[in-house]
Amino acid sequence: MHVTRGFTGRPRVHNPGLPPGQYDAGDDWPVLSAEVTPDLAAEEWTFRIDGLVAEPRSWTWDEAHALPASVYEGDIHCVTSWSKFGVRFGGVSLDAFWDAVGPLESATHVVAYSHTGYTTNLPLADLRGGRAWIAWEYDDRPLAPEHGGPARLLVPHLYFWKSAKWIAGLRVLDHDEPGFWERNGYHDRGNPWEEQRYSGD
Amino acid sequence: MTETFTPPTRFAVPGRIEVSAQAATSWQTATITEIRPETPRAATVRLAVPVWAGHVPGQHLMLRLTAEDGYAAQRHYSIASAPDDSGHIELTLDHVAGGEVSGWFHTVARPGDRVEVRGPLSGFFAWPGDRPALLIGAGSGVVPLMSMVRHHRARGLDVPLRLLVSARSPEELIYAREYGAETTPVFTRSAPTGLPVGRMSAAHVAPLLAERPPGGWEAYVCGSNGFAEHASRLLVAAGQPVDRIRIERFG
Repeated sequence: MHVTRGFTGRPRVHNPGLPPGQYDAGDDWPVLSAEVTPDLAAEEWTFRIDGLVAEPRSWTWDEAHALPASVYEGDIHCVTSWSKFGVRFGGVSLDAFWDAVGPLESATHVVAYSHTGYTTNLPLADLRGGRAWIAWEYDDRPLAPEHGGPARLLVPHLYFWKSAKWIAGLRVLDHDEPGFWERNGYHDRGNPWEEQRYSGD
Repeated sequence: MTETFTPPTRFAVPGRIEVSAQAATSWQTATITEIRPETPRAATVRLAVPVWAGHVPGQHLMLRLTAEDGYAAQRHYSIASAPDDSGHIELTLDHVAGGEVSGWFHTVARPGDRVEVRGPLSGFFAWPGDRPALLIGAGSGVVPLMSMVRHHRARGLDVPLRLLVSARSPEELIYAREYGAETTPVFTRSAPTGLPVGRMSAAHVAPLLAERPPGGWEAYVCGSNGFAEHASRLLVAAGQPVDRIRIERFG
């Protein structure tokens, strides 16, 4: 650590909810997608789970909405250093989808992919147990296209690049395969509390 | 093992580069050797970096300032300079209202001060100089694009390159004196005599798509989210394939 001459920084706020190296973005919600925001209508949206599952299947918008509704209220953390507190997403817990497809014993990892071709990899365990959602509402309104609407993956306990926008599906694997940012130097898991930003952190 | 997964849709696959995990992980102390104003709101900071493995134009780094009580603030900044063997790199920073890091650079920093950096980072918004490049930026979004323009010039590359850069006024156009025939400036609030004032439009983008080289352009868009959304829609409407547009948005 090197102390920077004359640097004082913003006023200190004790915030136990803020992971190391992060700041509170307040009302801002920066958009950082690397690709063109797709023109994707809710009626065209589909979500599929396949790979190492007992019963691969796809859901339409209406079919997904027939699953039990679930809400995430809490915080999100972006690898570019902003965190956003007290967000509210509405959708369906991924557990409801897992119950329908039945992951096999051999399943260990997942590649989540978007309708744009974006991909991100996650351990299956991070997507089970009430910690991940398919989200289509933000603050009780439809999720905006630039934030991943009509529907995105939501895995708020990891850096937000893991929460793939415009989610199209999950491929369940018996091994880990790096996704888009993970192939471009970013950390394999992305736990903000351990500051896993880049490969090697 | 199951098969390797390939998503049904892919984008911007060719040209992605490998990133050195070691460079991305290690913090090192860099020394400011020069600060020079570019516009009333933007300044270029030249840094001597002890061990700089070299970057690809378009890449960024992470920069960290630390206060005496241990409080640290870190931000991502695009690299403005072309890769060279000088042991120096340059960043160009906007003075963000209330920004604790950019505020320090604009009001406190002077040559001799030391800051910490790690990088270069990310192999996606990067242009090695191998394929025709169509660059579109606004405000300080031109910074990573300028690294590409400078690289193109320094290496005397003959692969086509065009830059469309939007600024509020001539006074706020970063690197104004450096642009050449490859660049078309667009002014949104006030313009030099004889040039129109207005937002970037299809009329700016269409001629560039019309002169697309064999094999087409790789498009790079950088700016605020609002600008990136606007510019990427213009590109798609003009016929640029959506999977050959790379976007870097501020945030």
